[in-house]
Amino acid sequence: MTQTATRLDDYRAGFEALEQRAGTGQPEWLRLLRARAWNRFNQLGFPIARRGNERWKYTNVRPLAVASFQTPDYGPSLVDRDGLKAVAPWDDGWHNLVFLDGRYNETLSGGPSQGGGITVTGLAEAIGSNIAGIQQHLGQHADFQDEAFTALNTSFLEDGALVQVAANCQSAAPVHFIFITTDQQRQTVSHPRVLVIAGPNSRVTVTETYATLSGSRYFTNAVTEFVLEDGAQVDHYRLLLESSEAFHVGVSRAVQGRDSNFRSTSFAKGAAMARQDFQVLQDAPGAFCSLNGLYLTTGEQHIDNLINIDHARPNTTSRLFYKGILDGKSKAVFGGEVLVRKDAQKADARQTDKNLLLSRDAEVDSKPSLLIYADDVQCTHGATAGHIDEDTLFYMQSRGLDKETAGQILIHAFANEIIEAVQVEPLRDYLDQLFLDAIPTKGLQFGSAA
Amino acid sequence: MTESTNYNHPMLQVRDLRVKVADADILNGIDFTVSPGEVHAIMGPNGSGKSTLANVLAGKPDYEVTAGEVVYQGHDLLAMEPEERAREGVFLAFQYPMELPGVRAWQFLKAAMDAKRQHNGEEELSARDFDRMLRDKIRMVEIDPELARRTVNEGFSGGEKKRNEILQMAMLEPTLAILDETDSGLDIDALRIVADGVNKLRSDSNAMVLVTHYQRMLNYITPDYVHVLMDGRIVRSGGPELAHELEEKGYDWIKEAIDSNL
Repeated sequence: MTQTATRLDDYRAGFEALEQRAGTGQPEWLRLLRARAWNRFNQLGFPIARRGNERWKYTNVRPLAVASFQTPDYGPSLVDRDGLKAVAPWDDGWHNLVFLDGRYNETLSGGPSQGGGITVTGLAEAIGSNIAGIQQHLGQHADFQDEAFTALNTSFLEDGALVQVAANCQSAAPVHFIFITTDQQRQTVSHPRVLVIAGPNSRVTVTETYATLSGSRYFTNAVTEFVLEDGAQVDHYRLLLESSEAFHVGVSRAVQGRDSNFRSTSFAKGAAMARQDFQVLQDAPGAFCSLNGLYLTTGEQHIDNLINIDHARPNTTSRLFYKGILDGKSKAVFGGEVLVRKDAQKADARQTDKNLLLSRDAEVDSKPSLLIYADDVQCTHGATAGHIDEDTLFYMQSRGLDKETAGQILIHAFANEIIEAVQVEPLRDYLDQLFLDAIPTKGLQFGSAA
Repeated sequence: MTESTNYNHPMLQVRDLRVKVADADILNGIDFTVSPGEVHAIMGPNGSGKSTLANVLAGKPDYEVTAGEVVYQGHDLLAMEPEERAREGVFLAFQYPMELPGVRAWQFLKAAMDAKRQHNGEEELSARDFDRMLRDKIRMVEIDPELARRTVNEGFSGGEKKRNEILQMAMLEPTLAILDETDSGLDIDALRIVADGVNKLRSDSNAMVLVTHYQRMLNYITPDYVHVLMDGRIVRSGGPELAHELEEKGYDWIKEAIDSNL
C-alpha cells in the first residue's frame, strides 16, 4: 500500500528537528529507542488498509493519515491555572502535573508534596537525572513492532510523565496528569507519554486527563505504560475531554505481577475520532484487573475502544464493563478480546458492553471475543445496544415527567453506574456534572428496547 | 369555580368511547361517570378491554380513539399529554410496572412530585420535607423502607412492584386513581396490605377506578359501583352485590343472560 497520500514528511521534519536538538544531553539508549521506533513507523505506515486488518476493521484512520499536523512551537504559553480549570478537573489536594503539548510545565503544576517513596515528575527530568528503573521499563511494555501509533509516539519520546512508587509505599494524594493541546491557530500533533511503576505492595491513584484550549483540529497520540509489581494496587482514571474536531489515539499497556490489583476507568467525551487501545498482561498468578469505560458521542463522532486482556497465568481475573451513550450519527466500536492461555487455569473473565442509542442514525459495532486454551476457566461476555424503551417512557410520563426529563433521568442513571464507582470524590463529582451537562435533551429518539 | 361546587359535578365522564389498537376494535362505546368520593370497579374476562380502558385514560400511545370523549374535571382528557394528566391528578397503577435501571425509587418520586408541584405553582419540596413525607407514607402502606433506596422495580418481586405503585400513589395523592389489575400476582397477605393502603387513601375528594378480573380484591375494597365489561362494552352496572354474583356464577352467566335478552 502506497503512503504517498499520507503525511509522513511532516513527521519526518519533526523527527529530524528533535534529533538535532537532542544531539547532546540525552542518553544513548533513548536515542536508539527513538531511532528504532522511527524506522519501524516508516515500515508500518498508518494502518489505513482495513481489509483483513481486524484491529482496524471498523475505524478509518485515513482522514488522520492524510491530514497535516505541525510540531507545536513551544513558545511562551498564555495558559494559566484558571484556563486549565475551565477544561480539566482540578483539586488542590491532588498532585497535579501539567503538560502543554506533551511537555512538562512546572509553573502550572502543583499540589501537596508527597511523602517519601513516591516520585512524580516530568520524564525528561527523570531521564536526565538517570532515575533507576526508567530504562528498564520505558518503551518495554508498549511494543511498537506492530503498532504504528506506538512507534510514532516512541519516535518522539522526549518528555512525559513519571510516577514511581517504592515498595510498600501508599501514596496519599492522587496523582493527576493533565495534557493540554494549546495551539489555537495551527493543526498540531503531540505525543504524550506516561510511565507508571508501582513497586511491590505499593498503592497509587493516577488520573490522566486529555483536554484542550483549541476548538480546531489537532492530533493527540498518547502512550501510557503501567508496571505493577507483586501486590501493587493501581487505581487509574483516563479522561478524554478533547475538542469535537480532535483526533485522539491512546495506547495503554499494563503488566501485572503476582496478586496485583489494577482498576482502570475511562471516560470519553469529545474527539472527532478517538481510539483507545488498552492491553493488560496478567503475567503472574492472582492478578486482578477491572477495566470500566463510559463514552458519550454526538454528531459524527467516532470512538473505538479495543481492549485485550491476556490471562497468561493461573488464577487471574479480569472484569470489563463499558457503557456507551450515542446520539446523532455517531458511531462506537467496542472490541473486547480476552485471551486465556494454556497455563491460565482457574482464570475468571467477564466482559460487558452496553450501549444506549439516542438516535436512529447512531451505530455500534460491538465485538467481544474469547480465546480460551485452558480447560478450567470461567468466561462470560455480553453486548447490548438499544433505544430508550417507549413503555418505560410512558411509565415515567404517567408520573408527571415529560419525555425529555424522563429521557435525561434514564440516561443519567445509565451513565451513573460507571461514574458512581469512581473512588476519588472530587473527580466523581466533576464527572457526574460533566456527563449531566453533556446529555442531549432535545431530539431524543425512542424505540422498543433491543 | 370553587372547590365546594366542584363536588356536585362528576369528576370523570366517559361517553361513547371507542378505541382501536392496530386496526382491531377493542372498546366499542363505553359510558360511565365517576363522582368525587366514589370507587368504581371495572370487571371483565380476559380480552374484554379492561386494560385498554385503563391505558387510554392514562394516555398510553398506540391506541386510536375513533369516537367518544372523556371529560375530566371539565377538561378534555384525551387532548392532554400523559404527563399533563398526571400533573392534573390522574394516576395509573400499572399491571406490569416498568423497571427503571439505575434510577432510585426515591429519586423518581422526588422528580415526579417536583414536576407536579411546579405545574401547580408550588415550590419544590425541600429534601427534609420530602424525606418526612416519604417516611410517613412508607409506614402507611406498610412497605419495606429499603424499597425506596433501591432502583425502581429492578429485582422487585411481583408483590413489591405492586406495593411500590401504591407508595407512589400515596405520595402523589391523585384525584383520580386507576388501578389496573393491582391484585394480580399478589398472595393473600400482599393483597391485604395493598388493599389497606388503597382504603387509607380513599377520601371524599378523590375517586378510584379498580380494573380487575377477579372479585377477591373487592372483599377488601368495597366499590360503590361495579361495571361488567365484555367485548369492549359495559354490559351491566350495579352495586357491590354484582361482584359477588359474578364470583358465584362466573362471566358466562352474564353472557348467557345478555344473549337470552336479545
